Amino acid sequence: MCVTCGCGDATGQATTIDGRAMAGHHHHHHPETPGDTRLIRLEQDLLGKNNTLAAANRRLFRDRETFVVNLVSSPGSGKTSLLVRTAEDLKARFPVAVIEGDQQTSLDAQRLRDAGVPAVQINTGRVCHLDAHMIGHAVEDLDFSSRGVLFIENVGNLVCPAEFDLGEDHKVVVMSVTEGEDKPLKYPHMFAAADLMLLNKIDLLPHVSFDVERCTESARRANPDIDVIELSATTGAGLPRWYDWIARGVGRVTAASDQEDSVLHADG
Amino acid sequence: MHEMSLTRSMVGIIEGQAATHGFQRVSRVRLEIGELSCVDPEALTFCFDAATRDTVAEGATLAILTVPGQAWCRDCDMAVPIGQRGEPCPRCGDYRLQIRAGDEIRIKDLEVD
Ligand SMILES: Nc1nc2c(ncn2[C@@H]2O[C@H](COP(=O)(O)OP(=O)(O)OP(=O)(O)O)[C@@H](O)[C@H]2O)c(=O)[nH]1
Ligand SMILES: [Mg+2]
Ligand SMILES: [Zn+2]
Ligand SMILES: [Zn+2]
Repeated sequence: MCVTCGCGDATGQATTIDGRAMAGHHHHHHPETPGDTRLIRLEQDLLGKNNTLAAANRRLFRDRETFVVNLVSSPGSGKTSLLVRTAEDLKARFPVAVIEGDQQTSLDAQRLRDAGVPAVQINTGRVCHLDAHMIGHAVEDLDFSSRGVLFIENVGNLVCPAEFDLGEDHKVVVMSVTEGEDKPLKYPHMFAAADLMLLNKIDLLPHVSFDVERCTESARRANPDIDVIELSATTGAGLPRWYDWIARGVGRVTAASDQEDSVLHADG
Repeated sequence: MHEMSLTRSMVGIIEGQAATHGFQRVSRVRLEIGELSCVDPEALTFCFDAATRDTVAEGATLAILTVPGQAWCRDCDMAVPIGQRGEPCPRCGDYRLQIRAGDEIRIKDLEVD
């Protein structure tokens, strides 16, 4: 059984990547020797293993010169719609690739492949979030080019994904105007973990009572440094600001890598 | 249910320790859970019983120690106590706080024999 994601666990539905079982790990049984009652001090983070794997992913992403964005939200906020449109609009500027996370089906990954970008589907089964181990396996199956952006669409859930570092550069929380402006106060962990909030479906503002300012204020209470971009994946309103944000991220990652190269060349 | 993932990772750590230290049974596991972490102690206890079945930690007591939340207030320039994320500074009412403690999810120690 894998302790991080539970893959290969006989009692649960195993995690799959593009429908195939993810490589599991074996249990090792060790000889037991009797002893007296004693205390073993650990002070060990329960997320320690996930954090170690996330750090390994982050190193890989740096090597591949890829800017990585982890999109989180409640179900149906419009993550896939936004990614489809983003992929179509940006794929000519730099490489775009997507890892899709859902409990079941590969519908979302198919939507991205139809949009003409490499995409891989993780099905988490009963697990309610993606973890660094699943991402490590998924990138093995994803043919993504360097000097671009890799989006990870997390399982629709505003609670658990906040706790799991995947090795991304930023968590981006997507909220739609049909969800109620108090959501950041109700789920403050997620908003605290994100660096950017995308407020989606603003084309619906005339039809719903949603106070954009109050929502932004709620988000800033959970996270005083959060950036906010209002947009509509349907009409395309606000998308240029989102695209600039992505392009700046890609620029930072490639500039950092170029600088490292020139230091190496100067040394050698 | 990420409490299930957490208890699985707990069992993994305990089994690793059993291999290193050669103990047969764990009688108590002490956890430190921060007040600001999004872990529910009750759900965790429930999952713990299920996840430890047929392991060295089967039947062990799970003791959960709560770590109080603490944040740094930029305005007051000092550490202040907070009970929840999204709460203002109890001294000045400002929301620009940086969490300093209270988001830990840690195994503190194991009592074994
Ligand atoms: N009016 C409007 N509808 C939108 C917009 N973006 C997405 N939708 C609709 O919202 C619904 C959900 O969109 P998805 O893109 O599947 O949402 P998701 O966040 O990927 O959903 P899950 O993966 O199931 O969590 C679909 O019916 C979309 O057509 C938008 O900007 N405006
Ligand atoms: Mg989706
Ligand atoms: Zn595994
Ligand atoms: Zn203050």
